[in-house]
Amino acid sequence: MSGVEYLSPGSVAEAVRALQVDGARVMAGGTDLLVQMRIGRTKPKLVVDLKRIPGIAGIREEDGAFIIGAAASGAALGEHEALRKAWPGIVEAANLIGSTQIQGRASLGGNLCNASPAADSVPALIAAGATCVIVGPNGEREVPVEAIQVGPGKTTLANGEVLLAFRLPKRAAHTGDAYLRLIPRTEMDIAVVGAGVCVTLDASGKCIAARVSVGAVAPTALLVEAAGAALVGSSLDDAALTNLEAAVAAAARPISDKRGTAEYRTKVAAVLARRAALIARDRAQKDGAKA
Amino acid sequence: MSDGNQPPASLKVVGTRPIRPDGVDKVTGRAQFGADFHLPGMLTGRIKRSPHAHARIVKIDISAAEKRPGVKAVVTGADLDVGAGGDIEAGEHAAAMKDVAANCLASGKVFYQGHAVAAVAATSPEIAAEALDLIEVTYEVLPHVVDVDEAMAPGAPVLHDDMFTKGVTPKPTKASNVAQKHVMGRGDVAGAFAAAEVVVEGRYTTAAVHQGYIEPHACVAAWGADGQSTIWCSSQGQFLVRAMTARILNLPLSDIKVIPAEIGGGFGGKTTVYLEPVALALSRKCGRPVKLVMSREEVFLASGPTSGSSMDIRLAATKDGKITAAEMTLRYQAGAFAGSPVNLGCMTAFACYDVENLALVGYDVVSNRPKVAAYRAPGAPMAAFAVESAIDDLARKLKMDPIDLRILNAVKDGAKTVYGATVRYSAFIETLEAVKAHPHYKAKLGPGQARGVAAGFWFNIGGESSAAVHVDEDGGATVVSSNPDIGGSRASMAMMAAETLGLPIERVRCTVADTTSIGFSGSTGGSRVTFATGMAVVEAAQKVVADLRRRAAQTWECDIAHVEWKDGVATCLDPSKDAKPLSLKALAGKSAKTGGPIAAEVSLNAQGAAAGYGVHVCDLEIDPETGRTTILRYTAAQDVGRAIHPAYVEGQLQGGAAQGVGWALNEEYVYNSNGLLDNASFLDYRMPVASDLPMIDTILVEAKPNPRHPYGAKGVGEVPIVPPLAAVANAISAIVGQRMTSLPLSPAKVLAAMGGG
Amino acid sequence: MSRTVVNAVVNGEPVEFLAGGGQSLLDALRDELRLTGSKEGCGTGDCGACSVIVDGRLVCACLMLAPEAEGKRIETIEGLADNGHLHPLQHQFLEHAALQCGFCTPGLLMASKALLDRNPDPTETEVRYWLAGNICRCTGYDKVVRAVMDAAADLRQEGKSK
Repeated sequence: MSGVEYLSPGSVAEAVRALQVDGARVMAGGTDLLVQMRIGRTKPKLVVDLKRIPGIAGIREEDGAFIIGAAASGAALGEHEALRKAWPGIVEAANLIGSTQIQGRASLGGNLCNASPAADSVPALIAAGATCVIVGPNGEREVPVEAIQVGPGKTTLANGEVLLAFRLPKRAAHTGDAYLRLIPRTEMDIAVVGAGVCVTLDASGKCIAARVSVGAVAPTALLVEAAGAALVGSSLDDAALTNLEAAVAAAARPISDKRGTAEYRTKVAAVLARRAALIARDRAQKDGAKA
Repeated sequence: MSDGNQPPASLKVVGTRPIRPDGVDKVTGRAQFGADFHLPGMLTGRIKRSPHAHARIVKIDISAAEKRPGVKAVVTGADLDVGAGGDIEAGEHAAAMKDVAANCLASGKVFYQGHAVAAVAATSPEIAAEALDLIEVTYEVLPHVVDVDEAMAPGAPVLHDDMFTKGVTPKPTKASNVAQKHVMGRGDVAGAFAAAEVVVEGRYTTAAVHQGYIEPHACVAAWGADGQSTIWCSSQGQFLVRAMTARILNLPLSDIKVIPAEIGGGFGGKTTVYLEPVALALSRKCGRPVKLVMSREEVFLASGPTSGSSMDIRLAATKDGKITAAEMTLRYQAGAFAGSPVNLGCMTAFACYDVENLALVGYDVVSNRPKVAAYRAPGAPMAAFAVESAIDDLARKLKMDPIDLRILNAVKDGAKTVYGATVRYSAFIETLEAVKAHPHYKAKLGPGQARGVAAGFWFNIGGESSAAVHVDEDGGATVVSSNPDIGGSRASMAMMAAETLGLPIERVRCTVADTTSIGFSGSTGGSRVTFATGMAVVEAAQKVVADLRRRAAQTWECDIAHVEWKDGVATCLDPSKDAKPLSLKALAGKSAKTGGPIAAEVSLNAQGAAAGYGVHVCDLEIDPETGRTTILRYTAAQDVGRAIHPAYVEGQLQGGAAQGVGWALNEEYVYNSNGLLDNASFLDYRMPVASDLPMIDTILVEAKPNPRHPYGAKGVGEVPIVPPLAAVANAISAIVGQRMTSLPLSPAKVLAAMGGG
Repeated sequence: MSRTVVNAVVNGEPVEFLAGGGQSLLDALRDELRLTGSKEGCGTGDCGACSVIVDGRLVCACLMLAPEAEGKRIETIEGLADNGHLHPLQHQFLEHAALQCGFCTPGLLMASKALLDRNPDPTETEVRYWLAGNICRCTGYDKVVRAVMDAAADLRQEGKSK
């Protein structure tokens, strides 16, 4: 880590300027970046720590929508009552990233921009229909989460662009989300497979909208539209769930690596998607009961 | 948590649970481990390692690195001078010093990814890292082999062209990767199989696993201008580090002083050297102290692990369950150099059982992996996995209770082991019975749950140890131990001294001495410290007591036979004398007048170590859609002789069980097609974390204290890693409905076997 | 290599040290401040041996850059005992023999402290999951978990008697 400069800008503009320097790397929680620096996978000349930018580590509610700062830690998400109640799937996904220690630092922004296909929070964010607020030399833009990752370690963020926040839309009535992942241990592993599901029911309990996203079964987290479509119009009965599983299995194109075989990942992606769908449905039903 | 056998009432300290003497240092951050030392002018060392699994070193160019400002020394294999090599006894194995040297810094060839080829010492970590990049190594990459069966196959890339299989006559004419063939057995195996009423058989494999100590290897070496040097390091044996370093650098032993640091786990993996000779060679070149610390990646790539294995087993039995014969072939990975523990696998495989006819063949096989190091009961867990799985098969076939089947076949005192020893002081049957009587074994299982049972054996050793007991002027005592304290041994040393002296435990402290401050000792390994070094401590304390009695007799002018020593007080039994009892404190206070300081040192070669037997029970369930296993309940029982400090004995059982569960479920070395290790991190080398395990219940069986030890101790550290592999696998096999023969039993493997998905 | 001055409060004392831009907080604690109680077991956040508490949050010191410590309050194992009086966690770890080699112990103690600061009455499951980032290879965790539960009880008792 020789010759690395450290900068913690106090404003977005300053950060954007700094990041246009060759060899500059953004740091939020640092739990991925510092590991990559340590093992020599990346050798930045300048580390731009975002955490002193006002609001970037905060969470706020605006007319039912949530704005989650890109550098808000997993622990901060877990401690946010209203967010946990509104989007339990996102919070549980964020809280699955690493240990308690990692939770104290790791952020949604870092989890997305590190662009690991196995990032836990990404399928949950995609399922929830979250968007990203991005600022760069050419101003601000807002895109869906699924538009960010393009492959392992690669994103659509341009040179100098900074992910500032995630926007979670105002949740429709009778909506629930859930995220499940499979790891061999109970903690501390990278997802072998992850699945996020968000469903909206009508008053009779029929599914009127659904988004299903799976992780670690392709170069990026996948939004599986066919899987969502399989649920819409159903009460998440066995037939619909079978179709959901088939759609997920069909969409999955995993690799075999040290964490799991392609065959295993495909099978388990379908299983987890079904289980997550049922949890999301139960939450949506409870949401209705309270409303 | 005990079997109810209370220690004799005469024991006041042994069998209690005092706070360890080094405890406060360990909970306040004050304890100094290998990487915690700092000397003025100290340089940072780094090691350049092979990126290839197998390659010839064509050229190493260190000139650019040497010229880099801030670089003070660069060394390669050429800086080592191991001469004729020879072996050094390292506890449970003899280390071939030419190989140990070539493992510290390669000579001619690299045999695995991470094999050290050069080292630098520089004024900062950054400069050291840059210097590594400046060292140019030209390799001729060679074909590699990492699988043990593939390494034995004809046409496999041969690692060492001078390796002709030992133990085969006539001597082979072609070099191969089989370093040695071990054959042992007895009786008429073929006849017994021909007459067998039941036969079970199977082929079993286990993956290479790492000891996983949390403290990476670390040392500081300081060469003196007069040729006398000092090494601070965390190891399982300061004398072993001295011997190996001296041999590898061709130095006299007395010119090297090794100061043992606190050791952050070893499990056998720190019974060799990787860094110390290199650090000292660097220090010798530049005259400044050099610190070398491995990263975690280096620990995985270039230290440990223990062998992966492949094994074939057949058992013959009567329909009543008496095992009449067994046949087993064991193939163990040695890593880059000869010396897997396959011979120990052969010796321990059936050590729990009285089997009349036995045929065991073991192959020690090299491949392009790091050279294996000892790991807790080296060689035994893999063999026990096969044997205990086969016995489980037999129990199922015969519809017998697995514990009853084991009791029926259990060894008893007087039986001969296949390696020639006579079984003595064994409490294996008592241990099996204790498990059978335990509430765990009687508890009902829920739907989808299963219970696995397995047993395990370890020899436990004695050997050379030294210890001193110094009586302080105020009547307290200091024990000087010769063994690094890896899991609380200072507590048991102090306790045995306190017991013998008749002092309260708070008045006895214990320290671990450097190589110049106490007589020689074998390493902390083989479950020998409480037994052998403990024996030296007790004998030293007994000498002190004899001296104290002599001094009391001198004071009272009575016959020493009339002086009784009890509870730290000398009492005169001669009715003709009107002598007030003399406490240790009183005697210590006037030691100058009775012959000078009161102290004794004992060096001995402890004989009479008793073997240990363990029986583990594991309940678990499996998610049928993902193949993930959850351990629900675990109980470990063991024949411990007598527990000196029961809490630390329980800790050994619990820790061994946890390591064994990791071995069974998730731990493995994963290689890619280039022979490169794919999971050299704690993230992907999945050792159990706190949420993976339930409480681990223990049963300390004290039915047969070892009469050859003053307080009945048997070694306890290694046995507990032997049974868990099969205990877990037997339970999983019961749920899956077929015999699971290949470790680790990862979710994918289990799901595939269940036909899930 | 440029180094910057960092001002922080470590175990209640203001400290000033020089830090490289890429230097970890762990290296700064160990090499600059000579607080070697925090250990490096992996350097990649996977073992927890370097656990420290920064502004009330448990973190791995190996996964935080030293310059980030500017203005922060840092608690390390060296500050856990109060003027020579052991913290109930330290006391219970000793009573339960919840350590063997002791290398992971500083990290486990700091992680446990962070837990009990938040949750004075954790269940066994909560303790196990909270401590999942602290690998111990010696104990099998049994005695560690018991020690933390008993220390929690001690602290609750202490709280009552105050």
